[in-house]
Amino acid sequence: MTEVLNMPARVLVTKIGLDGHDRGSRIIAAYLRDAGMEVIYTNPWQKIDAVVALAMEEDVDVIGISSLATDHLLVPKLMKALAEAELGHVRVVVGGIVPDEDEADLLAAGVSEVFHPGAMREEIVSSVEGFAAEATNARPQD
Amino acid sequence: MNDTPEKNGLAARLLAGQPAALARAISIIEGEGEAVTRLLKSIQPNLGRAVVVGFTGPPGAGKSTLVNAFIAEMRGRGKTVAVAAVDPSSPITGGAVLGDRIRMAEHTMDSGVYIRSLASRGHLGGLSASAARVADLMDAAGYDVVVLETVGAGQSEVEMAEMADVRIVISAPGLGDDVQAIKAGILEIADILVVNKDDLPLANRTVRQLQSMLALRAPSDWKVPVLSTNAVERTGLPELADAIESKAALRTIKGARAALSSRTRRLLAQTAAKHVEDLILRDQNPTAEAIITALQQADIDLRTATSKILKHMHESLPDE
Ligand code: B12
Ligand SMILES: Nc1nc2c(ncn2[C@@H]2O[C@H](COP(=O)(O)OP(=O)(O)OP(=O)(O)O)[C@@H](O)[C@H]2O)c(=O)[nH]1
Ligand SMILES: [Mg+2]
Repeated sequence: MTEVLNMPARVLVTKIGLDGHDRGSRIIAAYLRDAGMEVIYTNPWQKIDAVVALAMEEDVDVIGISSLATDHLLVPKLMKALAEAELGHVRVVVGGIVPDEDEADLLAAGVSEVFHPGAMREEIVSSVEGFAAEATNARPQD
Repeated sequence: MNDTPEKNGLAARLLAGQPAALARAISIIEGEGEAVTRLLKSIQPNLGRAVVVGFTGPPGAGKSTLVNAFIAEMRGRGKTVAVAAVDPSSPITGGAVLGDRIRMAEHTMDSGVYIRSLASRGHLGGLSASAARVADLMDAAGYDVVVLETVGAGQSEVEMAEMADVRIVISAPGLGDDVQAIKAGILEIADILVVNKDDLPLANRTVRQLQSMLALRAPSDWKVPVLSTNAVERTGLPELADAIESKAALRTIKGARAALSSRTRRLLAQTAAKHVEDLILRDQNPTAEAIITALQQADIDLRTATSKILKHMHESLPDE
């Protein structure tokens, strides 16, 4: 029996560092849910280690980090920690207030895309769906 | 196909207790196909060690908060714990925000604790279609205690009964019709009744109501205790853990086999029902159309129409 399986994408939506602006991350969680994805949502102030542990235990395809107060600068560390935990296939997107010069650094560190204030629901949803599919293909084979 | 797990294959890493392998195996098991069968086959010899504890109760009763406190209590007793927490999927989009584990955040970095959020994915009954298999994987991965948290349950979610060794039904004062909300079927499956939020007024009244409902039941070997907890302040947890351990100690191999067999039967029944539903909804065949028309025009009754459509489907079913 071969059936085409359409498993919902699993996405971790979280925040690292000391920034408590959580409106954006709540809205993103709702956008992705309404697009049929399974969202693991956490409170802000997660440590990098905790994000890695959550991504591993929940076997997510994509991590979405919302950052409005400079905590995006921690994201390269997160990328490194993910690679060390053999979670290199997980795609990471960042949204919030990220200056252009920092955006280039994030992309160089392996972040898939950066979203800015005013980013539209449709572009966010279709990008995240695309990255989830990429992650599935990039998974190490069991 | 070779049934012994490959040395560094997923099943071997799962049986060695690697959380990343467990995480991956759960995703696979939530799907279908040959990989699922292979995985299940390779864990068969390692099942039946964990105590499976189910937590159910109305939305907001404090299930997740209580599970969080229970994890801490069991860790204090030197046990490892795996949790599968189910939240509802949207019936319209299929999406879900899985929020149970927010209440369990303090255990994220503890390697003796594994937590997994599951979406119900349209499955009715309080859990997800794969919950029993997820519990099996957690058992095979070596966790001492496996906790299943159902979605906020109504009155008919008794599915947990067949999966858990110890069934906990949680109520809380002030949920409107508090006791009402858990009466019918769900009260009957409880091994332990918990009135959570005992810091709130009227908690004692809820306890007394539950006790008087229990008094009406036929006596049995296990006397269902009614316990009070405050999951936030973590009072009543040692008593809850003691009661769970006492109940778990009464497990018998025979009982476990019977439960496994009835839950396998239920899995088959549910899957078959879903299959039948999909086929009937999609069936454009003239025979099916004729049956539907006849039913619609009251030429035949529903019972007859059901027999006819099942017979028709049976004839058109491909051999597998
Ligand atoms: C509302 C707000 C607050 C609220 C926060 C309420 C809450 N719970 O979120 C309150 C009043 C509490 C607050 C407090 C503070 N704030 Co304030 N706040 C704002 C404000 C005005 C709007 C932010 C917002 O909610 N926008 C609406 C959401 C929906 O938009 P968004 O987050 O940008 O999300 C969109 C995109 O960026 C993207 N996106 C965002 N996240 C993600 C994640 C993923 C995965 C994806 C795909 C996309 C994505 O998609 C969303 C939809 O388009 C901004 C200014 C601004 N215009 O952005 C300042 C701002 C963020 N705050 C600022 C500051 C400094 C503070 C305080 C430190 C002020 C103080 N001195 O007390 C405190 C700190 C709070 C804390 N604990 O961290 C600064 C940050 C400066 C910086 N980056 O260096 C800003 C930029 C104001 C400014 N110009 O100075 N703030
Ligand atoms: N006062 C008080 N509040 C509690 C107690 N236990 C839990 N709560 C609060 O009750 C609310 C719901 O708790 P949860 O643990 O999310 O409840 P739940 O039953 O898991 O909810 P669902 O999964 O959505 O059905 C939270 O705000 C908790 O802080 C308690 O013992 N006393
Ligand atoms: Mg809950």
